[in-house]
Amino acid sequence: MVAPFLALVLSQAHPFDDVARVLLHPRCVNCHPAGEAPLQTDASRPHHQHVTRRIEALGTHCTACHRPNAPQGVGLPPSAAEWKMPSAELPLVFEGRSPAQLCDQLKDPARNGGLSPEALREHMAHDPRVVWSFSPGPGRTPPPLTHPRFLEAFEAWLQQGQPCPKEAPKVPKSKAPAPAERPR
Amino acid sequence: MISFTLNGQKTDVDVPPEMPLLWVLRDVLHLTGTKFGCGMALCGACTVHLEGSALRSCITPVSAVEGKAVTTIEGLAPKEAPHPCQRAWVELSVPQCGYCQSGQLMSAAALLSAKPEPTDDDIDTAMSGNLCRCGTYPRIRDAIHRAALLAKGGRP
Repeated sequence: MVAPFLALVLSQAHPFDDVARVLLHPRCVNCHPAGEAPLQTDASRPHHQHVTRRIEALGTHCTACHRPNAPQGVGLPPSAAEWKMPSAELPLVFEGRSPAQLCDQLKDPARNGGLSPEALREHMAHDPRVVWSFSPGPGRTPPPLTHPRFLEAFEAWLQQGQPCPKEAPKVPKSKAPAPAERPR
Repeated sequence: MISFTLNGQKTDVDVPPEMPLLWVLRDVLHLTGTKFGCGMALCGACTVHLEGSALRSCITPVSAVEGKAVTTIEGLAPKEAPHPCQRAWVELSVPQCGYCQSGQLMSAAALLSAKPEPTDDDIDTAMSGNLCRCGTYPRIRDAIHRAALLAKGGRP
């Protein structure tokens, strides 16, 4: 009887797991980069044409190319209303974050754009860019959950008090054998 | 019927709302200064201004400009008083084949409106979405600096 119980416990996913799987997908990360340039494609490489968030102050907005209701297809700019990056002052970085780091950031109004849980729910449910990301058109992989399933997971996380996973313990470097000591 | 302001004039066009603005400009209104390059918002040849900001007209449905102000290269400035960018472009003989240059000028004008004295890095950043297969980029950068000076009333 012990083994099935242990298996059940070990299989219990953390409430943030599914949320993190979506938010750390390229469709979300690409607009929440660690650097100044937005990212592109499923490989999350820097945007072509030297685009950075600075263009917004130089007479060209993201919406110069990313137009709502524009035709969609492989190689065409993705489009949804209000297409833009987070500001330099509040960059809302997802790129490179662990699920634990992202969770802490997401529930901290000082680092999430001042969003309450209700405002976060609204963003995830109705922001046109978020809605687009679940139906990104040809040539782009959608996140691993459907939008309704993601909203269920997000709501469950909110209802449980926004718990965050713990960081996986790191193995101290000194414990790892030096290459010369490794058995041949 | 779609209504918008084009180069300062109220304009009505009876076209499908999803028709790209570029098609309306060139094929319906016969303003052929704005060019078709890639049709995918990747090259910048079709750049116009929407409410003063750069816009790729090839992928913009005309319905998106309903009630708004569009400026094309034909309306950037009156012929008798060219825009500082146009004056600088002529002074420095910027164009080679010229095909991309109306888009280059519109992006440059939008840049100077937003930042009247751009640095080299500002210019490279703002203009990187406008491709020139003749490689006139060094002259474009020089001309934008020159236009910034002209706009300030600098020595001709």
